[in-house]
Amino acid sequence: MSIWKYSNPRLFMGWTAKAVPIFAVLAALCISVGLIWGYFFTPDDYRMGATVKIIYIHVPSAMMAINAWVMMLVASLIWLIRRHHVSALAAKAAAPVGVVMTLIALITGAIWGQPMWGTWWVWDPRLTSFLILFLFYLGYLALWAAIEDPDSAADLTSVLCLVGSVFALLSRYAVNFWNQGLHQGASLSLDKEEHVSDVFWQPLVLCMLGFGLLFLALVLIRTRTEIRSRRLAVLDARERNG
Amino acid sequence: MPDLGKYGAEVLSAYGATIVLLVALIWQTWARSRRVKLALKAAEARHSNG
Repeated sequence: MSIWKYSNPRLFMGWTAKAVPIFAVLAALCISVGLIWGYFFTPDDYRMGATVKIIYIHVPSAMMAINAWVMMLVASLIWLIRRHHVSALAAKAAAPVGVVMTLIALITGAIWGQPMWGTWWVWDPRLTSFLILFLFYLGYLALWAAIEDPDSAADLTSVLCLVGSVFALLSRYAVNFWNQGLHQGASLSLDKEEHVSDVFWQPLVLCMLGFGLLFLALVLIRTRTEIRSRRLAVLDARERNG
Repeated sequence: MPDLGKYGAEVLSAYGATIVLLVALIWQTWARSRRVKLALKAAEARHSNG
């Protein structure tokens, strides 16, 4: 039995109909518990005060902004190599979710940065690469919308996705490459000096899990919509041609 | 309610913006899914009726 058979549109619609409600309920549960725990039941940080509560939305959204692009990269490579239509549609479906996650990370980062750094924005390596990633998301969506033939659109957007992956990687590792900049290193690290305290870490992990599950649920729903939309286009074309 | 001290506006606006964006994304995903599902159902009905 091959894993590729699950990318057959009919089978995909079958298993995702069962998976989506499970992912959606688990996402709602993890996000609700994580945010309530983090917001109401964790103390202020001794340096950052109450602004530390922004970590529960900023870190998970930034993580998903990068992971969404990585998922689009994998799906794009599958399309380019194996020509599985569902993988191209999954990449297309993930982009709007990724762009919203990137926007949340940028907005919450700016709001957090203002009281901590004294500025909303600085041309720091991580912030700049994140902004470029956001622009790549917009370009990716615009390219899908601009090309009528779906296979050509999938080809060109896949190439754009490969190029944009440089900035997805930079967004994650920029602070390690360059020492300049205001943004701190990873909040979750094996290094005890860098690692966020346990009292913040536990609800944060729950929120990260919740954002990951929410991403999965939304991408599956949107991929199902894309498959239906393509089927609709075929039927409409048949009707027009008699 | 936790005392957010002098950072109340920052924390609440960050949470507010996040909730607005996530709700908009979920609503748009659900609304488009429903619209396309209904349109496909109607097209399939027309198609099977000849």
